[in-house]
Amino acid sequence: MPETATLPTVDDALALGLTRDEYELVCDKQGRPPNQVELAMYSLLWSEHCAYKHSRKLLRTLPTDGPHVVMGPGENAGAVDVGGGLVCAFKVESHNHPSAVEPFQGAATGVGGILRDIFAIGARPIAVLDSLRFGEPSGARARYLLDGAVSGIAHYGNSIGVPTVGGEVYFEAPYEQNCLVNAMALGLATRERLVRSAATGPGNLIVLFGASTGRDGIGGASVLASAELGGDGEQDRRPTVQVGDPFEEKKLLECSLELLDRRLLVSLQDLGAAGLTSSASEMASKGEVGIDLDVARVPLREPGMEPFEIMVSESQERMLCVVEPQNVEEVMGVCEKWEVGGAAIGTVTDSGRMRVLRDGELVGDMPVRALVDECPLYDLRPEKPAEALYRPGLATVAPDASAGEALLALLSCANLASRRPLFERYDSIVQSRTVRRPQEADAAVLALPDGSALAVSIDCNGRRVAADPYRGTIAAVLECAANLACVGAEPLGTTNNLNFGNPEKPHIAWQLSESVRGLGEACRALDAPIVGGNVSLYNEGATGPIYPTPVIGMVGRMPDARDCAQLGFARAGDEIALVGPFTPSLAASELSKLRGEPLPDGLPEIDLAAAAAAHAVVRDAVRDGELSSAHDIAEGGLAVALAECCVAGGLGATVELAQGDAPGEADAVATALFGEGSGGFVVSGAPEALSGLSAFVSLRRLGTVGGERLAIEVVDGARRTALELTLVDLSAAYSEGLAEFFA
Amino acid sequence: MKFGVLQFPGSCDEVDAVEAARNVGDAELIWHRDRDLRGAEAIIVPGGFSYGDYLRAGAIARFSPAMESVIAFARDGGLVLGICNGFQVLCEAHLLPGALLPNVNLRFTSRQVELDVVRGDTAFTRACAAGQRLSIPAKHSWGRYYADEATRRAMDESGQVVLRYAPGHNFNGSVDDIAAVRNDAGNVFGLMPHPEHAVDELIGGSADGLSIFESMRLAVEGTHA
Repeated sequence: MPETATLPTVDDALALGLTRDEYELVCDKQGRPPNQVELAMYSLLWSEHCAYKHSRKLLRTLPTDGPHVVMGPGENAGAVDVGGGLVCAFKVESHNHPSAVEPFQGAATGVGGILRDIFAIGARPIAVLDSLRFGEPSGARARYLLDGAVSGIAHYGNSIGVPTVGGEVYFEAPYEQNCLVNAMALGLATRERLVRSAATGPGNLIVLFGASTGRDGIGGASVLASAELGGDGEQDRRPTVQVGDPFEEKKLLECSLELLDRRLLVSLQDLGAAGLTSSASEMASKGEVGIDLDVARVPLREPGMEPFEIMVSESQERMLCVVEPQNVEEVMGVCEKWEVGGAAIGTVTDSGRMRVLRDGELVGDMPVRALVDECPLYDLRPEKPAEALYRPGLATVAPDASAGEALLALLSCANLASRRPLFERYDSIVQSRTVRRPQEADAAVLALPDGSALAVSIDCNGRRVAADPYRGTIAAVLECAANLACVGAEPLGTTNNLNFGNPEKPHIAWQLSESVRGLGEACRALDAPIVGGNVSLYNEGATGPIYPTPVIGMVGRMPDARDCAQLGFARAGDEIALVGPFTPSLAASELSKLRGEPLPDGLPEIDLAAAAAAHAVVRDAVRDGELSSAHDIAEGGLAVALAECCVAGGLGATVELAQGDAPGEADAVATALFGEGSGGFVVSGAPEALSGLSAFVSLRRLGTVGGERLAIEVVDGARRTALELTLVDLSAAYSEGLAEFFA
Repeated sequence: MKFGVLQFPGSCDEVDAVEAARNVGDAELIWHRDRDLRGAEAIIVPGGFSYGDYLRAGAIARFSPAMESVIAFARDGGLVLGICNGFQVLCEAHLLPGALLPNVNLRFTSRQVELDVVRGDTAFTRACAAGQRLSIPAKHSWGRYYADEATRRAMDESGQVVLRYAPGHNFNGSVDDIAAVRNDAGNVFGLMPHPEHAVDELIGGSADGLSIFESMRLAVEGTHA
């Protein structure tokens, strides 16, 4: 084989992110030292981002099978059966490091990437949700990243005609340097239209279509995504971030779906991290074939690109497909119709080798198995940290603050305040399916053609996971399922994005393995198998790791779209009840954060079975139309949940709480009002309807809906007014909390 | 009664418009490169980002082959409804007076807005009553309607302002709260809010947008009679 001038050295391999041992192994697999093209390709495919080398063993423990699962992990996205001959494809993916370096393009291309995953399996994208984490918004960097990321998501999602129907955002100091931008997308397809990515049929052609290939995004998967963020090298890393063009993607989307409608493709794959290198190699690996690619046939944005640059470029809005030779002309015709570039750049072979050519001259030759499947996997060395990893923040609420002051502080704090300033930046209604828009209910609801509906939620409270990776992750899964129950939907499947620090460090390995253990248990208990997901590691910088953040996305279904509930109180005179096995605790709660308290070591035990049973009762009651409203109790506890029901419905409430089993003198009232935990719902409805529920689930009557204020009395022998606030004051606190950051 | 809905590369709300129009008649898509309007009796230029809108919203779309036919169709008195990006395209094509500028908040903003019907006797509002209030969602970055004072005076005299944002609902900063305008002849109409997203209470929160499509049906079937 002709070599480039000089062979790269082991130092070049180290600079590309490989270890010394991995470089030796590459030499073994090749039977010689790799040349520049080969080393570039190995370094990407053997990166954490592509090979999951620190997480793959753990991920194998997760439940991935279930009666609704049509496509599990391993394809571009997972898919579940939603009835009526339709499947829902969905997946969440991160674009954390690109967003930390350049938030607008990082977030925009994160949306673009997850949408391509959805239409790569033949589904039309119907919704986007996003999960964002930034430092405290008092800091200039957090506000810069927030504004850039939200603008990027809006720019891409709005322009491509896919509604952003939900999402979540938290502000915590550990995300200050390393923000998180996770995007989830859902798609719909008929079951027979689904397409896989395995390349098959030696002699078939490989067609690259979409945007041309440039020098953007070189080394994104290895240098950027699989290493910690440095203190001041960020500007140098900007060229590793891709630049997105939603118009190009919109055409690419329509073009891909038309190609599939006409049954012109054998298989389809998007180009994401590691560009042509990973998409072609993975297609070959899945089909157990070889592929020859000629880089001279790749349409380029600029002249003089080296073969390795073409192979690793992460230029956006490109797809790769396998086409039978007699169909190529028709494929090009469809590309022309949508004004999308297309070129046959290679062929499927039976060699089992990934061969890269330039004008017919061989410039790289690697066994597909070695590239894709033989990256060494590493065992984690988990060790529970002896000392706290995270420092408490500054206190903003005094321990002796009145209950009313605490409630207003909670409602206006960045983590709980109304998300309307963000949601208003997004088109949530295009495609005419959105039954519940953001903040109208706990989950987004999307109508299906047969009158049923999908519900979807994304969630994770990283602070709770930091306090207890195992139970915190269970709580995140339960939160998603509770959100679905509130609109009347049962879970069909789950996706997840595991955002963690450097897994080579024992304390991070411990967070990761404990979290995955909780994830598996919770998904099993809820019959919500994991159909796909993503892992984002090395999320740490000079100031330490992020909170461990296993973002959970869950998709559910309900038989009749018209039955879904809302979160706001709906009718004066309705009775209010607390439903479910709710045991409030201030441990790792929002109030304890505002008080500047350190994270506890561990969270109270969670009764998964009891929580799942409560979900089922709430879900059925919603479907039967027995409830006027349903809202799960999350951050800020019962008092915040009640306040949210009041504000969303424009109705007050009069509530009486037994102090119950809250321990301790001073904090007993605060725990009853603001304590957090899984399994609790605030529901409202006619008194008879609530009586009916109490036969099936623990139910405590709290009071009645009506009036212009929220009044909560606490009864502990004597009767005391804990707080009384007008709707106007509650709404003002709630609506102004985030607005100032978007002024 | 048949509606034709234009489809440009980058259109986003064209299928929504087809479905909405089907509540009152037939509807089909017309590809931007086609000059043949296929017997459509009314044209909808839909929302989205035609050709990416990188130059200026609607600036490229107005030159498309399909738009050439729509311009001729409009000159012959055919009914043309422009929604959001379609409104921008119709202004760029000078089928409607005025122009659309970036929102005063300089951001894409999505909000359910209320609109006051100024005139209930146009081809696009005859199913409404003057003074009626419509609840319809709006979502755009470039929705601030502007026309100079002389143009506005002329528009007022010939009754070309058809809908105004209700007090507190003019988030984009449109001059004189103007939400929808028609041409002098009365057969071309544009608005930034999306009536096609308010045709089903379950999904739109209101079905007030239906009255726009129903008005067009009445206007067309009236000419047949």
